[in-house]
Amino acid sequence: MAYLVSHPDEVKIVSRRFGQGAANLDRYLELDGYKAVQKALAMEPDAIVNEVKNSGLRGRGGAGFSAGMKWSFVPKQSAKPKYVLCNGDESEPGTCKDRLIFEHDPHSVIEGVTIAALAVGAQTGFIYIRGEYRYLSLIMQKALRDAYTRGFLGKNIFGSGRNLDIYWHGGAGAYEVGEESALMESLEGKRGIPRIRPPFPAVVGLWGGPTVINNAETLASVPHIILGGAEWYAHLGPPKNGGTQLFCLSGNLQKPGVYELPMGYNLKKMIYDVGGGIPDGRNLKAVVPGGSSTPCLTADEIDVSMDFDSLAKAGSMLGSGGVVVIDDAQCIVKFALRTMKFYKHESCGWCIPCREGTDWLEKTLTRFHGGGGLKKDIDNMQYLSENMLGRTFCPLGDAAAMPTIAFVKKFRKEFEDHLEGRPCPYEKEGAVEQLPVFAH
Amino acid sequence: MRFSDQFEARFAEMVPHYPTKRSALVPTLLYAQDEIGFLSDEVIAELAQRLELTELEVRNVISYYSMLTTRPRGKYNVQVCTNISCLVRGGEEILLHCQKKLGIRNKGTTPDGMFSLEEVECIGACSWAPAAQVNYDYHENLTAEKMDKVLQEYRQKSAQ
Ligand SMILES: Cc1cc2nc3c(=O)[nH]c(=O)nc-3n(C[C@H](O)[C@H](O)[C@H](O)COP(=O)(O)O)c2cc1C
Ligand code: SF4
Ligand code: FES
Repeated sequence: MAYLVSHPDEVKIVSRRFGQGAANLDRYLELDGYKAVQKALAMEPDAIVNEVKNSGLRGRGGAGFSAGMKWSFVPKQSAKPKYVLCNGDESEPGTCKDRLIFEHDPHSVIEGVTIAALAVGAQTGFIYIRGEYRYLSLIMQKALRDAYTRGFLGKNIFGSGRNLDIYWHGGAGAYEVGEESALMESLEGKRGIPRIRPPFPAVVGLWGGPTVINNAETLASVPHIILGGAEWYAHLGPPKNGGTQLFCLSGNLQKPGVYELPMGYNLKKMIYDVGGGIPDGRNLKAVVPGGSSTPCLTADEIDVSMDFDSLAKAGSMLGSGGVVVIDDAQCIVKFALRTMKFYKHESCGWCIPCREGTDWLEKTLTRFHGGGGLKKDIDNMQYLSENMLGRTFCPLGDAAAMPTIAFVKKFRKEFEDHLEGRPCPYEKEGAVEQLPVFAH
Repeated sequence: MRFSDQFEARFAEMVPHYPTKRSALVPTLLYAQDEIGFLSDEVIAELAQRLELTELEVRNVISYYSMLTTRPRGKYNVQVCTNISCLVRGGEEILLHCQKKLGIRNKGTTPDGMFSLEEVECIGACSWAPAAQVNYDYHENLTAEKMDKVLQEYRQKSAQ
């Protein structure tokens, strides 16, 4: 089972109750559980929205959109029921944080969904958990049952006269379903093909009703903001990047693990101090800072603040907090190939640039890595990726293109080292998948 | 077509949660598959009827989701992640090791029906890579030796 780590620089807020048995409702109550909901019940809905807005909380699912702002887009009056949908599909390679929240603190997600529902006037919430996380859906189902038993959910919650139902829902293996509109399709029992926007889910969402969709970590942060106050939370991070983030450190590190650090924490420190540096006396080659879809940074680009705006300035993204460290024994071409194989597998096939682009890129990278690369492939890969950008219905096309562009641009020499039939300089025996080599 | 009482209880509880019946489809398919082993023609016909869908609609959904299958698999489905965090920590070597140990290729099943093998995308165990799931159980920080032990444990479990 996923074990817990700690480091003195951590600021434990979302992870505060990890390892403390808080999946048990009584224990959760001892640890200030459900106090935030009771406080929110006494607040005006607009006041809740404003508090979340002022806290600077930005979506932890990848895009980094202001949570309070998103909530404020939900119309006050609606003929159709409103919904809150918690996104626990967590499938971005490099990301394994929502898993810990569901395992150690499921009630904090329920509390977050409840507060969001109070803020936008919804009476139904769904917590969508990916199919592979079966043990977590069992934990969540028990947590929901317990909350119903105490009257925290259902009719007249906490004796407030308000009604709220929250249900669990499960996936069955699909990354694309994490995309918010595909998530709704999946919940409606369909293939996870995205919807055209606008209209945005906040206006037309689940079954046509206004729907707030937030990542599990975003929602689990909300109760702490309500209790601790917007001001306190905002000041934990740099301006406009409030709070802390669960950073999933993985790859070639001494001490990989999920660490909760303030927004804006220095990446170099994160790798060498928190993560304990690179093992076996090797050196850093590159780091993927926010999950597989974010452009990599080279070893001399890591003196950067890990927050949404600083990483955007550095030409990458904070994404979902998945920091994947790559040492100098790894082949970037292989890494780029594995990344593309993933996106090709997960593309829903609706848009031609994404469907054909990921397929061609995967084929080219496979041939290239297998020793059949042509010099013109290098420019072609970059050209092809650049032409996918912004030309698709959902951001998966960009997610496939952006990292590829960075790999080709920043590690061109490594691509060139594979040319002229030379075997991969890094390949361990037997692990190469070969496609037929084309003649020049 | 008979499912277990537990399945029926879950199904009966789940359907009223949604304004449309078909919304229960994806989790229901997975529960049915867990019981029957795969999504047989009979299961598809039954669920289509219950959720007021055509069989084609159900098949369309099944073909989209990677965990759902219409073909039988081994009793223990060994799913090895080779995505990026696992890749750099030897995920491919674990997969190769399993291929050799079990004598089957990706998506194959051993002749005795005990194991099947699958290369999978990220399973949310990146910080504990390389990782694999056997059915729903996680096995993390794997090495070839540890993987052998895991396989052995399932063999023993099956013999009991
Ligand atoms: C291909 C794709 C996959 C995504 N997967 C996830 C996911 O697994 N979990 C998640 O919370 N957000 C995911 N997102 C982002 C969601 O679309 C959405 O922005 C997010 O759930 C909103 O919540 P937030 O504002 O709290 O981040 C994904 C986006 C794309 C384009
Ligand atoms: S970008 Fe890709 S995944 Fe997204 S809608 Fe288009 S084809 Fe589907
Ligand atoms: S990359 Fe293997 S579990 Fe995430």
